[in-house]
Amino acid sequence: MSRAQKLAIAVLAAVTIASLAAGWIAPSYSAQFRESISAPPSAKFPLGTDELGRDRFARLLYGTRVSLLLAPAAALLSTLIAALLGGTAGYLGGRWDRLVASGIDLFLSLPWLFLLMAVRALMPLNTSPVASVILTFLLLGCLGWASPARIVRAGTRTLASSDYLLQARAEGVAPARLFWNHLLPNLKPILAAQFWISVPVFILSEANLSLLGLGVAEPLPSWGAMLRDLENYSAVLQNPWMLAPAVLLVAVVSCLKLLLRSEDPLPC
Amino acid sequence: MLRFALGSLLAFAGLAQAANELRFTLRSEPKTFNPLMVEDESSETIRYLTGGVLIRLNRYTQELEGELASKWKVLENGRRIDFELRPNVHFSDGTPFSCDDVVFTMERLMDPSLHSPVGDSFRSAPGAVEAKCVSPISASVRFPAPVAALALQFDQVAILSAHSLHKEAAVLGPFMFGDYKPGALLVLERNPNYWKKDSNGRRLPYLDSIRLEIQSNRELELLRFRRGELDVVNKLDPDMFDRLSSEMPHNVVDAGPSLDSELVFFNQVASAPLPAYKLHWFQSAAFRRAISDAIHRDDLVRIVYKGHARAAAGPVSSANKFWLNAALKPALYSEQVALDELQRDGFHRSGDTLMDRDGHRVEFSMITNAGNRVHERMLTLIQQDLGKLGIQLNVLTLDFPSLIERITRTYNYESVLMALTNVGLDPNDQMNVWLSSAQTHQWNPNQKTPETPWEAEIDRLMQAQAASQTAAQRKVSFDKVQQIVADQAPMIFLVNPNALSAVSPNLKNVTPGLLRPQIYWNVDRLYLGSGYVSQK
Amino acid sequence: MATILIRQLRKILLTALMGGLLGATLVRLGPGFGTDERELDNRLNSDSQQAIRAERASENNIAMFYVRYLAGLAQGDLGYSHSLNRPVTALLKERLPLTLLSLSYGVAGGVAIGLGLALVTVAWRAPGSNVVPALLSGLCLAVPAAVIALLFLWMGTGGRWAIALVVFPHVYRYAKNLLTAAYQSPHVLAAQAKGLSSLRVLLAHVALPAAPQLAAIAGISVTLAFGASIPIEVVSDSPGIGQLAWRAALERDLPLLVNITILIALMTLVVNSLADLALANRRPAE
Repeated sequence: MSRAQKLAIAVLAAVTIASLAAGWIAPSYSAQFRESISAPPSAKFPLGTDELGRDRFARLLYGTRVSLLLAPAAALLSTLIAALLGGTAGYLGGRWDRLVASGIDLFLSLPWLFLLMAVRALMPLNTSPVASVILTFLLLGCLGWASPARIVRAGTRTLASSDYLLQARAEGVAPARLFWNHLLPNLKPILAAQFWISVPVFILSEANLSLLGLGVAEPLPSWGAMLRDLENYSAVLQNPWMLAPAVLLVAVVSCLKLLLRSEDPLPC
Repeated sequence: MLRFALGSLLAFAGLAQAANELRFTLRSEPKTFNPLMVEDESSETIRYLTGGVLIRLNRYTQELEGELASKWKVLENGRRIDFELRPNVHFSDGTPFSCDDVVFTMERLMDPSLHSPVGDSFRSAPGAVEAKCVSPISASVRFPAPVAALALQFDQVAILSAHSLHKEAAVLGPFMFGDYKPGALLVLERNPNYWKKDSNGRRLPYLDSIRLEIQSNRELELLRFRRGELDVVNKLDPDMFDRLSSEMPHNVVDAGPSLDSELVFFNQVASAPLPAYKLHWFQSAAFRRAISDAIHRDDLVRIVYKGHARAAAGPVSSANKFWLNAALKPALYSEQVALDELQRDGFHRSGDTLMDRDGHRVEFSMITNAGNRVHERMLTLIQQDLGKLGIQLNVLTLDFPSLIERITRTYNYESVLMALTNVGLDPNDQMNVWLSSAQTHQWNPNQKTPETPWEAEIDRLMQAQAASQTAAQRKVSFDKVQQIVADQAPMIFLVNPNALSAVSPNLKNVTPGLLRPQIYWNVDRLYLGSGYVSQK
Repeated sequence: MATILIRQLRKILLTALMGGLLGATLVRLGPGFGTDERELDNRLNSDSQQAIRAERASENNIAMFYVRYLAGLAQGDLGYSHSLNRPVTALLKERLPLTLLSLSYGVAGGVAIGLGLALVTVAWRAPGSNVVPALLSGLCLAVPAAVIALLFLWMGTGGRWAIALVVFPHVYRYAKNLLTAAYQSPHVLAAQAKGLSSLRVLLAHVALPAAPQLAAIAGISVTLAFGASIPIEVVSDSPGIGQLAWRAALERDLPLLVNITILIALMTLVVNSLADLALANRRPAE
């Protein structure tokens, strides 16, 4: 492991621990100190307050928790779906492979933004912000399988024609056992790579959704919701601490990418 | 090659300004250029700049002035209006203007199959509208029943040509259609046949053209104004206003409270898919008044609007001096008063939670349209205010079609935060808000008969004011409507935002008004630069 | 070969049309369909309100709507956008060139920057030559596309360069791996040992064999670029297809959305087919 990767792990660990300990470090992300609107950093408010008098530092910690916990969950879901569909398509080949390939292409061209809008609009009226953000990330996970599935499918096809698998087949190993005992373990590096690639993708997807006004419900903070403040660029120039969520987002995503193995599978 | 590309780039970016060209933006693509079918703000802007009207409401003095009609007379208690038209007026393509055009326009406007919102404003009763030429320069229009504020309604009626081959492109206003790049840009050119002249006999308008770029991004619009690429920014957000005023204090205009309101209302539809106990809360006037008392309007004004708003007392803005019931005051924030009111209505505190008489926790949702930062901030403040009473408020931002569906079709909502936009001063414009049978009687629309005595009383008073002969009589009725609304709180009026704009110092003759369009209401007399006036 | 091509084209077309139908069904069954903001206009009487609701009645039956759409499509009529009050054909004609131009700039820029940085890292192998490209690439991968668009807005330049910044990290990463593997192949080592110039080794022995895979990367970049174009066009107010798609989704404009879905499906399918083809050609060489 390189020095840079060790540093990345340390940064990620520090951020994760801080976000999990948010309840002790900064108890409230929603309390409005209405006499301290848009206040600069101070001992009481390390990153100042926002336009509603809320502690930016507390909101950053809690927002980090939302992204760091839920994005990996969404990535896990999309990777599992990709493994199932892409893996079976690449392994079985033939009609099923063609069907899945067409399905992936079709899925990629559907208006997924609309689906996210629709699900949000269909949520029960009194869904708590936590439930709503969990549902959003779950949906992102259900929608995000298509691109990884292409890669898993390509990797599976390559593995399926490998010598050791041909030998196992020639020796009469049952197809199911071939898949579970011989193919899947060798797919793990691809699946792991796809998982780690997807985590920052989902963090960024939530951020993009918030910038389009479809993000996490108030008062729950998220990185995306805080990034909306960047639209006010002159305020950002005068109050550079407003960049903290962007800096943290970039740092976390960069660290995650540093941890990825350098042998990225080629696009298929 | 590079110079050509750069020049093209600059031209496209609008930096290469044509002489004496006013530049501002439209927030969305205009949906129509037919002045009779105007509903969206962008189309209304085009209509104002290009359309010639018989009577114009002066946005500054708020008085009616004759435009294409030199004189008019309202007769038969508001059932008929006679116009004396200006002679020697021509459309932009040279076609002469006559009473035929007035008759043609009215016939088109009042065609029931057109479903024009302006036409519907005239429709006080079923029946045909008779428009006729008394002479080439006098027209008479007769309605099946009296129309309240009849003359004022003609401010929205742009006259179409009955004879021109150019149809809607032939206009009587100060500007006519020029270059149009859909999705990007519309240029309006000076109308060489515009009838109006200044006191020196010089033909108006002074400006050569108006360049309207289609831009929905407010930050980009502000950026471009700072760079001098735009001359006017209409309807500035409060924080943008403050930013700009710190950098360019002489370029911003706060014209005071506008006619618009921000309000909250609860779902009172009996058939709504809500738990019965919640419907019971929302149908209780005491509950609604308590919510009103618990919302800190001053904080909304100070924090969300940065002081550029005024707490609202009712459906009429303080800017509408004549029609405002001056006896009404905005509800004063008081957590204790709110709690007392709730307790009298059977609610009680259990620790930090408010419960109703049947032991249900008071928890409900409030929806608003997504992407509106002002609404989102208001919701967050209201959430905290109601939290102090022990009420759990869940906020949900929805895209607009989903919001409309819930409010107008499925009634699957609990409470809503939204804006009420008032185009004009007259309370008759709000008829379909207060009539219980109307579709836009938002909290409980389409009632076959009024479901509450107070709604029956409002129906009676609104119809009485529409039928009254004098403004003073109408005001008596409408003042009572406002009092009932304050007592029953079917709509909780929160604030009246101020009319905030930005104007380039290069733009001369600007006298901001309260009514839209605040800055360019006198567009035919505006000009750019140091005294340059068009010689065309 | 011709038969394979025809079969592939037919598959692309059918899949795209299926995508249009699915997209239309999604919108039809979604919340808010058939509503109109005019319903909140309190000047309109009940007859007008009913007329507004009836305007979209023809879209209620999705199967019939799609059959009518296909019949119109066969005659070159793509339908009418009720949200923009204009024929869809006209809208696409106006906006497609702008998006294609932005995509071209974005993809060309992204591929040029990505490939260039990969070459710097791999071919010259100077100490620390990979640090700056890796940092730049990492930074651009970590920032949301909409925020990149905001940065360009502040600078007063267009969203197309934001697309380039979204695309280049992916191109850089894949190109770097590809070129690294190519430089380690025996024939390249032999060519270097024989004293061939760096440039000749690069052009004749590295770039040429890797060209199909580089083409595949360019193809993937198109899909990436289009995905980024929606938030970028919305944030930077660029009147292209991305903004149109967003508008169509917001207003539940079924005719517009169907056409855009088919357009995106066609593009995705063509690009992926080309990528598959390029990689299928590569495999015999491994």
